[in-house]
Amino acid sequence: MIKLTVPISEEEIRNLKVGDEVSLSGVIVTARDEAHKLMVEEKPDFIREILKESVIYHCGPVVKQDENGEWSFVSAGPTTSAREEPYQADVVCEYNVRGVIGKGGMGPKTADGLEKCGAVYFHAVGGAGTLIANSVTKVKTVFKLEEFGSPEAFWVIEVKDFPLVVTMDSHGKSIHKEVKERSQKIMEELL
Amino acid sequence: MELKESILELIRRAATDLPEDVAESLSRAYDREDDGTPAKGVFKTILENVKMARGQSTPICQDTGSVLFFIDFPVGDVEQTYRDAIREAAIEATKKQYLRPNAVDPVTSKNSGDNTGENAPFIHFHQWDKDEVRIRLMLKGGGSENVGAQYKLPFPALKAGRDLAGVRKVIIDAVVNAQGLGCAPGTLGVGIGGDRITSYALSKEQFFRKIGERNSDPKIAELEEELYSTINKLQIGPMGFGGKTTVLDVFISAQARHPATFFVAISYMCWAFRRKIMTIKNGEVSYD
Repeated sequence: MIKLTVPISEEEIRNLKVGDEVSLSGVIVTARDEAHKLMVEEKPDFIREILKESVIYHCGPVVKQDENGEWSFVSAGPTTSAREEPYQADVVCEYNVRGVIGKGGMGPKTADGLEKCGAVYFHAVGGAGTLIANSVTKVKTVFKLEEFGSPEAFWVIEVKDFPLVVTMDSHGKSIHKEVKERSQKIMEELL
Repeated sequence: MELKESILELIRRAATDLPEDVAESLSRAYDREDDGTPAKGVFKTILENVKMARGQSTPICQDTGSVLFFIDFPVGDVEQTYRDAIREAAIEATKKQYLRPNAVDPVTSKNSGDNTGENAPFIHFHQWDKDEVRIRLMLKGGGSENVGAQYKLPFPALKAGRDLAGVRKVIIDAVVNAQGLGCAPGTLGVGIGGDRITSYALSKEQFFRKIGERNSDPKIAELEEELYSTINKLQIGPMGFGGKTTVLDVFISAQARHPATFFVAISYMCWAFRRKIMTIKNGEVSYD
């Protein structure tokens, strides 16, 4: 298990390889479809400093607000990353993001972006909502909550020992690509 | 108990307490994987998460899905009574964080914030001749719904003809296309025949079967068993990391088709297979 803490240097990221298990701590940001669209189309600055050398998490959490207005995460597993494929590479490079957490992996455009700008794709366990919410120690702030709704908002969160696996590294390798090609080959034999 | 309160409890159980047959199946999948593999790690995390969610009464998965009700009710009952109670229960369940707000207006992109909207929650009504009410609830995540597929046979790309051999081919194809995206290991619900709508409806309804429950038609049961073992040879594995378990089960059902059409609808249920059934008889409420 490799321990990583935000901010993450390019060197640390370049050392990671597919299959590495990582435990991530520090301040990261959730962003889904609406957020990615906004970051590509309008390149807003409110999130720039926070995202620098940090990590984007594809997640639409179940959240709770207490009587003092403090937010917390109740259930917060990853969402399908493929929907961000048109945007991800541009967002990673524009905002100097060092990693993207999600599920299901991403395509060739993102793979190129990760290689070019020094970032990796981390896979979290899809469906493990309660377990991952327990590794979110603090909700620091939220942007675009009213406009996008809670699943789509930018939640700035502090995580401790978030369990992840590197499934796409910064050298062009992807577990998703390997598994897909192998299963297609097996299918040909089975049909 | 008031109907709304009973339905709220049904939602709580569905979102936080994974059915025992599914949990056992996941536990067997954990045992099968080799030590030190990412697949083993995934099943370990899944099983811990299932236990934590149950203990804390918090959603197993943050995507608490589309809220789909199937109601069988006796003669004389009024549908509106159930509609009102479900609406109120969904609003309350969202406030209590049993449900994430998942109802979005497709025209304005506005999330209603409380899981209500046009046709949300969706309710399938069916009147029956029993003197009891059965309310079946399925919470179906968006990721798994996105990998569902409907094929029209013949399907030349796979040389899939209009017979069970053709059905088999397109089911395997759907799983290969889905890879880990529907939160594998999934459970498949398959509807053969019918029209565009009813084939999907039949595929979805299969998810009320328990893991290991076979179709009563021996030909279909045989296909279910064969596909279960064949699909698990694809090595897609949990989350698509590679591994021995790609599906937990395959449920197939058939219905009459038009002579000119042959649809096969495949619905994919994620590993977080959330379903609960509530029965009201003589004023007594029970859950399964």
